[in-house]
Amino acid sequence: MKLLEVKKLTKSFGGLMAVSNVSMVIDKGELVGLIGPNGAGKTTVFNLITGMYSPSSGTITLFDGEQGKPIQGQKPNKICNAGVARTFQNIRLFRDLTVLDNVRIAMHRSVKYRLLSCFVHSPGYRSEEQRIIDESIELLKIFNLDGKKDELARNLPYGEQRHLEIARALASRPKLLLLDEPAAGMNPAETAQLSEIIRKVRKLFNLTILLIEHDMSLVMKICERIYVLDFGSVIANGSPDEIKSNERVITAYLGEDAIDA
Amino acid sequence: MSKGFNKKAFIKTLALLLAFSVVQLLIRFNIISYYYQDILARVCINIILAVSLNLITGFTGQFSLGHAGFMSIGAYTCALIIERVPTVYGFIAGVILGALLAAFAGFLVGLPTLRLKGDYLAIATLGLSEIIRILFINLDSITNGAAGLYLQRRFVNWFWLYLFTVSTVVLISNFVRSSHGRACISIREDEIAAEAVGINTTKYKVIAFMIGSFFAGVAGAVYASYNYFIEPNLFNFSKSIDILVVVVLGGLGSISGSIMAATVLELISSFLQSVAAIRMVLYAVLLILIMLFRPGGLMGSRELSVAMLTELRKKAIAWLKAMPARAVHAVRSIAKGSGKPGDKSAGKGRVDG
Ligand SMILES: Nc1ncnc2c1ncn2[C@@H]1O[C@H](COP(=O)(O)OP(=O)(O)O)[C@@H](O)[C@H]1O
Ligand SMILES: [Mg+2]
Repeated sequence: MKLLEVKKLTKSFGGLMAVSNVSMVIDKGELVGLIGPNGAGKTTVFNLITGMYSPSSGTITLFDGEQGKPIQGQKPNKICNAGVARTFQNIRLFRDLTVLDNVRIAMHRSVKYRLLSCFVHSPGYRSEEQRIIDESIELLKIFNLDGKKDELARNLPYGEQRHLEIARALASRPKLLLLDEPAAGMNPAETAQLSEIIRKVRKLFNLTILLIEHDMSLVMKICERIYVLDFGSVIANGSPDEIKSNERVITAYLGEDAIDA
Repeated sequence: MSKGFNKKAFIKTLALLLAFSVVQLLIRFNIISYYYQDILARVCINIILAVSLNLITGFTGQFSLGHAGFMSIGAYTCALIIERVPTVYGFIAGVILGALLAAFAGFLVGLPTLRLKGDYLAIATLGLSEIIRILFINLDSITNGAAGLYLQRRFVNWFWLYLFTVSTVVLISNFVRSSHGRACISIREDEIAAEAVGINTTKYKVIAFMIGSFFAGVAGAVYASYNYFIEPNLFNFSKSIDILVVVVLGGLGSISGSIMAATVLELISSFLQSVAAIRMVLYAVLLILIMLFRPGGLMGSRELSVAMLTELRKKAIAWLKAMPARAVHAVRSIAKGSGKPGDKSAGKGRVDG
């Protein structure tokens, strides 16, 4: 069953085609990888799906059961509330707020009390606030961050900041989670831990995940299917084994290596 | 019942009532003279203004240079109503209607201008408050233009001042601690991340502007009735700046900071009223010192709390206890003539801490 369908998505910045004619389908429950050399347009695809950019052309459809709803060009908060959450390649936490607040803010969508009742803290208000705290801590426990709930996000070590960003994304209870290079800057042990966590939350929250990652061992290990982008276009799509032996993919990566060398 | 009973809230309420009664008694027995009552009133109005602007600028991160404009809407509404209904009911109606109209203006201002950021928003809010001022000057059939409005009677007394000040502080602190308040704070912290986690940033900017303007309207209404007299130029650019200075000095995002700064600055300017030149210099020096040593304002974005006071006390005691040892050390190193390395490391420690 489809969850997300992207059709002929194109985004140009002036003369630069960052994403051109990209089509992809993600089924409910899948863990799909999105890989490609630097500047291939992966992050731009995320920005289009989450409404940070409006596409130059093309459609993005989010499915709720059989029912599909176009989401391209909508505001990011609308898309988040429709069930798509993300992390950022360059971590974007609320750095000067506590770990708990980072998660609590993302739970805003589920808060039941009205604007006026927050001026006078009624019993109903207080029990709802308590629920928010309890659920946030429950979520932080998964990442082993519950003990640090009162620390400022900026004071967490780098790896934990990445974890917190995932926790925050999960707090909005998404159906689809987009992770932009979650293992960037992590050592192998941390990466292994991260892949465990991704597996765990995927099961726990019944998630569908689209993952951008440069660490090929991680991608090949956990993804069921992979899309490869190069110069804004999809050049391959298939299982990890198919991708590993795909000639165009090998040239795209070797080509990049040749330039680097 | 016993479950709903909140001990902390009870103690707070009791303390608030006590504070009110004590001052009320002191006024009744003339221990607080007219002069000090006047200062007290100005402090209260300043607190309402600063705390409400702090919601917009400190908590939500929207730079506004137009707070005096919203204040003037409350002031004129209240004055015009009192003129027609010179009773305490007229005054109350004036405060409520003034606040609502100011909030409505905040809404109108908010919608189109909130697409702007930083400096541009500041300039737009400044422009709008100037438009409001010029409207009041030119609507002279209603507002008596630049000559201003005189009121025959004063309805504001310590009771009303206290009621409105405490209400503003309590309501705004409650708001910023709620999920809606956290939504506002997230905009200040990182607007893109806020949107990405589902916060409707436009909506919350408008809400912050509306609530902030509402209480600016309350302050204006109270001011009008207190002062007997209002004119458009009381609510000019420099009034907006005055309020902003209080907020920045107290700490963006700290309500207790705003209260302290509003009090201290009002006291300074009252006591130095006769020597205006010194007052301005002192004001400037204070600003520079705070910006140098506490760039986040007096309180940063923290609130004054018991824990904080305990911490301060501990630090002070530790510092005092270490005094003799430090003195001995200083004397020794001077005697040895080798004070320099020691001084250097001490200086370094201070920079890090
Ligand atoms: N906001 C923008 N303005 C102009 N160019 C952009 C913008 N965002 C991305 N690009 C360009 O689009 C291309 C793809 O970038 P990106 O999606 O970040 O690549 P990737 O994530 O695959 O490394 C790059 O050439 C980048 O410079
Ligand atoms: Mg990228």
